Amino acid sequence: MKLKWAFLSLSFFVVTLLSGCNLLVLDPKGPQAERQAHDIILSASIMLFIVITVFSLLIYMLIKYRASKQSEDYEPPYIEGNKWVESIVIGIPVLIIVVLSIVSVRSNYIVESAPEGYEEEPLVVYASSSDWKWHFSYPEQDIETVNYLYIPTNRPLEFKLYSHGSITSFWIPQLGGQKYAMSDMVTTLHLAADEPGEYMGRNANFNGKGFAENTFNVKAMPQADFEDWVEEVKETAEPITEDKFQELLEPGHLGQLTFNGTHLEFSPAPEGENGGHQHGNSEHDKNQHSSEEASEH
Amino acid sequence: MKLDHTQPLEYSTKQNQLNILGFWIFLGAEIMLFATLFASYFTLEDRIGNGPSGGEIFGITPVMIETILLLTSSFTIGLTVNAMRIGNKKAMLTFFVITLLLGLAFLGVEIYEFYHYVHVGAGLQTSAFTAILLTTLGTHGAHVTFGLFWGLFIVSQVKKRGITTETTNKSFIFSLYWHFLDVVWIFIFSFIYLKGMM
Amino acid sequence: MEFFDRFAIPHPSPLIYASMVAIGLTVIAIIAGLTYFKKWGYLWREWLTTVDHKRIGIMYLLSALLMLFRGGADAIMMRAQLSVPENTLLDAQHYNEIFTTHGVVMIIFMAMPFIMALMNFVVPLQIGARDVAFPRLNALSFWLFFMGAMLFNISFVIGGSPDAGWTSYFPLAGNELSTSVGTNYYMIAIQIAGLGTLMTGINFIVTIFKMRAPGMTLMKMPMFTWSALITNIIIVFAFPVLTVALAMGTMDRLFGTHFFATTNGGMDMLWANLFWVWGHPEVYILILPAFGIYSEVISAFARRNLYGYKSMVGSMVIISLLSFFVWVHHFFTMGQGALTNSIFSITTMAIAVPTGIKIFNWLFTLWKGKIEVTVPMLYSLGFIPIFTIGGVTGVMLGMSAADYQYHNTMFLVAHFHLVIIPGVVFAMIAGLTYWWPKMFGFMLNERIGKWTFWFIAIGTCVAFFPMFISGLDGQARRMYTYSESTGFGIWNMLSFFGAILLAIGFALIVYNIYYSIRYASRDIGDDPWNARSLEWATHNPVPDYNFAITPEVSSSEGLWDAKKRGHTLFKGPYKEIHMPSNSGVPFIMSAIFFVFGFAMIFSMWIVAIISAIGIFACMAHRSFEQDHGYHISVDEIKQTEAKFGGAKE
Repeated sequence: MKLKWAFLSLSFFVVTLLSGCNLLVLDPKGPQAERQAHDIILSASIMLFIVITVFSLLIYMLIKYRASKQSEDYEPPYIEGNKWVESIVIGIPVLIIVVLSIVSVRSNYIVESAPEGYEEEPLVVYASSSDWKWHFSYPEQDIETVNYLYIPTNRPLEFKLYSHGSITSFWIPQLGGQKYAMSDMVTTLHLAADEPGEYMGRNANFNGKGFAENTFNVKAMPQADFEDWVEEVKETAEPITEDKFQELLEPGHLGQLTFNGTHLEFSPAPEGENGGHQHGNSEHDKNQHSSEEASEH
Repeated sequence: MKLDHTQPLEYSTKQNQLNILGFWIFLGAEIMLFATLFASYFTLEDRIGNGPSGGEIFGITPVMIETILLLTSSFTIGLTVNAMRIGNKKAMLTFFVITLLLGLAFLGVEIYEFYHYVHVGAGLQTSAFTAILLTTLGTHGAHVTFGLFWGLFIVSQVKKRGITTETTNKSFIFSLYWHFLDVVWIFIFSFIYLKGMM
Repeated sequence: MEFFDRFAIPHPSPLIYASMVAIGLTVIAIIAGLTYFKKWGYLWREWLTTVDHKRIGIMYLLSALLMLFRGGADAIMMRAQLSVPENTLLDAQHYNEIFTTHGVVMIIFMAMPFIMALMNFVVPLQIGARDVAFPRLNALSFWLFFMGAMLFNISFVIGGSPDAGWTSYFPLAGNELSTSVGTNYYMIAIQIAGLGTLMTGINFIVTIFKMRAPGMTLMKMPMFTWSALITNIIIVFAFPVLTVALAMGTMDRLFGTHFFATTNGGMDMLWANLFWVWGHPEVYILILPAFGIYSEVISAFARRNLYGYKSMVGSMVIISLLSFFVWVHHFFTMGQGALTNSIFSITTMAIAVPTGIKIFNWLFTLWKGKIEVTVPMLYSLGFIPIFTIGGVTGVMLGMSAADYQYHNTMFLVAHFHLVIIPGVVFAMIAGLTYWWPKMFGFMLNERIGKWTFWFIAIGTCVAFFPMFISGLDGQARRMYTYSESTGFGIWNMLSFFGAILLAIGFALIVYNIYYSIRYASRDIGDDPWNARSLEWATHNPVPDYNFAITPEVSSSEGLWDAKKRGHTLFKGPYKEIHMPSNSGVPFIMSAIFFVFGFAMIFSMWIVAIISAIGIFACMAHRSFEQDHGYHISVDEIKQTEAKFGGAKE
């Protein structure tokens, strides 16, 4: 009982310590991030218990069995090992790992599927990265933004991630964990925002010179506000053209841009028949070109 | 040098035993090398880009010739070791040279095969598939080429120095290497050519 | 002139020009010094051509220390750049180069040779052998590693350093996005060093299986030898994967293939998979020998036998097996789905069990002991708590859903540094201090050693604990700068402070060596630590032939039995000893490898072909060579033994 009480108070201590700092990851604003923060606190508390066990044993041994504490002629005994001690030492960690495994597997399935408890269909957003920007395409609304993301609250979000170059990682810490964006396949990240607000988003995977500034702003707002914004964009924004989009792909930082239409129409995401190993003929010239380039090096 | 006469000559000294065990472990590393190449091959097999697929470029004739040549050479290197064990230097050298000639013929056909692939537009730079295909075959081919030179050196040493603890040790290790290349080829034959042609 | 343009640095800075001058001056000073003191012959006879495992071990050690300072300089610059927001000490390009070389140098060219140094020096002595199974191959291993390391290091001043991270993920590392030759250096220098490592692996497995002293069954091997055996088995199975991955990467960069490219069917994820199929076992290649060192040191200074010998061995075997089945945890976020992530999440966390067993066994080794806190022991005792923290955060990272939040952040950086520094670096310093008297015949100063420990231990904690916090606050790793509004400033400033403490600690190690060379007593006997295993049963420093008479043992603690239980280690009269002769071929062949690698990096095909022929010529020479070594006569042995203060019969 005493141990359990000590353990509980310790977990409480860790929770208050970590949440007291207001760290982004431990200040979740959506169901996925909440689940992850929960896992983090839970595992940290259990791990703290192990750390304390090891520390206490070490301190005990050091205090009790220092040479200076013992008589000159003390001769330490030969101890092969003890079945019971070793079973406990194996058994408890195994138990802990089993518990954590169950939690981990359940969380995997939760994080990898659309968040539950929302009435509306998920909003699909294609987030694609190029050096060193993010392009957000809203196929349903037929608009596109660069380096900023407006999302409705209380609606599941389904991000379709891919890259126009090196591997990047799409991450909005307060809404949920990250996922890679790669050039030859589309990965899916399920998120949702419960509270309106502005959140930090960034590419978390190193992709060269402009990596540090490869961030974007996320603004979550009620559905009605979101729709107003979409309307406004449709009325005011320039249409995106293939030439314009090619220009955007050039390496650099662009600031925030807004367009009517999406680039998916003329430069589709690498999914389905456009996926990695089945590049169509439209890519032919480009491939030829790049292989020539490579052989010149 | 202490000799253990209860063992065949190639095992008769401590250093010889170390050499043979060391070579077995080296073959373990080689297995990992080829396993990695095969794993990469299976991953990239369908990723043909704008190039041809395996079924479009593989021809059964050169592959069968290569297989027969290499399998036979594996048999003759076995005969070499057998002749070596009974101390018949002349038979040993004959079988050894036949093995190397078969290996050379194999290499000739493989070079023709590569020439053919490049000719039909399946070069190293064509696609991920052709790159891993040529790399896997090429790694095996490079091993055979290396083996030919190595074998040639051993033949000349056996000729000059006779059947000694050292030359038998080298010949025996060479035979392990050669059998190994044969086994790798059987995997290449089954999982690259047959699978690709089906 | 156009030909020489390729050697220019693409992003020069005063710092790089200064290093060029420094490197140039150092080389001139070394050449002049060697000539002036007429030491060329000595260098060639005693070191460059040596096949003695003890000398090779010492050369590994010197290279590792040298590389420690190269990698450490990178680290200090990184921490200095990040210490305040919006710092302009380094620009993005230089920061990228520095964290890339920091990773590669520390893992491949510092930690690896350090464990090789201790394995080379200690393992043959611990098993009572004269040398390793293939002494000349051993020399080749060292020289290949050394040339690989030198090749990698000149990238700094010729052609430009790699800048795609030590993981070198494609397509970032491909030609289109990494245009300088930096990544060529990465691919080829690591390849050359890796070949050497693979040969060491084969060499030591054979040595440990076949050359143990009479009476030493597998379950009576000292724990460090056990860890060396398992490490080398991992090397043999893991390094070929790296060989293939690097070869494919080289071909992508030099021959225009599309293995990892974004077009023509290439697959960038394949590189990540292959890299980590090697990379995760590599972590255990580093840490298992460290575990072996701790087992030796803790048992020696608790004055007790190692608790749970069998479970120690068993847990290492399990770790080595599991290490090949966890690689996906390096990219849980790649989108392979919940099932795959769950499987690898469980295997990853499972490694905590055997590791935990080891921690508890060390703790129980202290139980009922008579603990003497010497410098090696201090590192071992410091290792347990810090490593436990590093280890349990590893379990947290293994929870794949939560890893989506840790991945690519400073949290991860904190985790692996808090595993590798106490796990590997502490062990290296502990081993260095522990076996130093066996290597050089005098002890390192204990007082300076203890100061060093406290600087390094506190420095480690101060440098890396804040990263847990900034990581959870959203600081991604590998960012060269951040804005003030993020609030990361304070944590990074703390880290910088810790890094300075670490730097002082490492400088103190050098000072300690200098101080001890000057002032330490040379009269320390053969067994200054009152230790337990065989390496302490021979003289100090060790004669060429290691043991005049092959020892016979009946437990894993041969010397302890001899001291306490009246066991006779050395039976019978002296016999003639067979020794391998020196050879310059390993050095020459490796030097040609250096030229070959350099030519490949800069696509100078003619030089590459000529040097490749040179490499094969060396191998052909070896095939035809008849070298039976030489014998040390009984008289000579008697003389040598008498010089060491009486024969050990």
